[in-house]
Amino acid sequence: MAFDFSQDTIKAWRRENGRVGVRNHVVILPVDDISNAACEAVANNVKGTMAIPHSYGRLQFGEDLDLHFRTIIGTGANPNVAAVVVIGIEPEWTKIIVDGIAKTGKPVEGFWIEQNGDFETIRRASWKAKEYVQWASELQKEDCPLTDLWVSTKCGESDTTTGLSSCPTVGNMYDKLLPHGLYGVFGETSEITGAEHICEKRAANPEAAAKFMKTWQAYQDDVIEQFKTSDLSDSQPTKGNILGGLSTIEEKALGNLEKIGRTSTYIDVLEPAEAPAKGPGLYFMDSSSAAAECVTLMAAGGYVIHTFPTGQGNVVGNPIVPVIKISGNPRTLRTMSEHIDVDVTGVLRRDMTIDQAGDALIEMIKRTANGRLTAAESLGHREFSMTKLYRSA
Amino acid sequence: MTANTHPQLLVHDKADNVGVVVVEGLTAGTDMLCVCTEDNSDFRLTAKADIPIGHKVALSDLKEGDTVIKYGEDIGRMVGGAETGGHVHTHNMKTKRW
Repeated sequence: MAFDFSQDTIKAWRRENGRVGVRNHVVILPVDDISNAACEAVANNVKGTMAIPHSYGRLQFGEDLDLHFRTIIGTGANPNVAAVVVIGIEPEWTKIIVDGIAKTGKPVEGFWIEQNGDFETIRRASWKAKEYVQWASELQKEDCPLTDLWVSTKCGESDTTTGLSSCPTVGNMYDKLLPHGLYGVFGETSEITGAEHICEKRAANPEAAAKFMKTWQAYQDDVIEQFKTSDLSDSQPTKGNILGGLSTIEEKALGNLEKIGRTSTYIDVLEPAEAPAKGPGLYFMDSSSAAAECVTLMAAGGYVIHTFPTGQGNVVGNPIVPVIKISGNPRTLRTMSEHIDVDVTGVLRRDMTIDQAGDALIEMIKRTANGRLTAAESLGHREFSMTKLYRSA
Repeated sequence: MTANTHPQLLVHDKADNVGVVVVEGLTAGTDMLCVCTEDNSDFRLTAKADIPIGHKVALSDLKEGDTVIKYGEDIGRMVGGAETGGHVHTHNMKTKRW
């Protein structure tokens, strides 16, 4: 092996709870859709802050409400976020979000609109946002082990080149870094269909294997069987996948699983947006295969860098997590290179090995952690998409 | 490696009966350099159609009902035929899941 990654360091922010963040955002976080306007007004008043508008948060209940809270709290709690101003329509749910984020020890304060109106809420919240952003701007980066990072993965606009090049590149990175303490996560429950028997065998223990199969089967029973009209042929593989040469869900799933490498095994299965709790290693997260939803859930789970293989050219980003795009498709590099961070077309030409491609990705993870803006960040891609389990009341 | 040793077709596994076109503009009649990524072994095959980058090529004659093997695994069944060097995609193959 060319490098000993266990000794590599990055310059990043060590947060109050010990986690390492690679960005230093001050976010203005709405509890619900009707608080978006106030959040955006605060972010407009106070430069260097960022509002994260979204579409939900009213009249949700049960498991769906739990997921909403987990996603919003997880987003605020993510180590890439230095401090949070929370705005909701009313005080009760606002307090739930504030208390959840406060467990990290980072600065967070909540404001609510009822009996204050947008003007007064924006005024108060803007003062707090200004205080936070000036405080955050003086926080210093420090040397942190590369393997203190939490790195997620999900691929998009896959084609046959992703299974040959960009997905095994991510797999090679995981095989090299997970043994030294990295946290990893993969997901896309629906896209494992066709290779679920292989994914089951990649569990590190029988409990994780059983939990994975239960999660996968529940998706089949609760989503596919309940809502399908004929079959999934019109959406899985997607039209883009088919243009790229993927013919079946089995073929797509086998390429997808290349992202977990040759030797890596997952130690536990997470609920959507759930933070891992069983120590360093690889996790499977029950998640949609839609790019923005999946990256949003993994960011809410606490992951700070996302590695995103693409074939036909997905352009997704995230407000708080840098999304590193990897592609081996020479046509995509020719037509839309502004979206690609790591070019692994050499793998298809056989003048770059998967081992070299994995090293190139690790180098890009380090540069991204040290501050290099990803293609998605520089192009302003900040897709934040909540996963919703069922209709609101 | 020089440009003329770059493969036109990559195959994942020795057991596979399809490979993937990895260059743009492949035309019928091209004498393709094919490489198996499992062990870097190579062989040659003539393309029987203009096949787009990323699309699959039959490595042997495939007939309706045959299982298509890629990554050494079952990825579906033929619902039509494909001659050696022919195009394999949604027009002649389908998932076994539905």
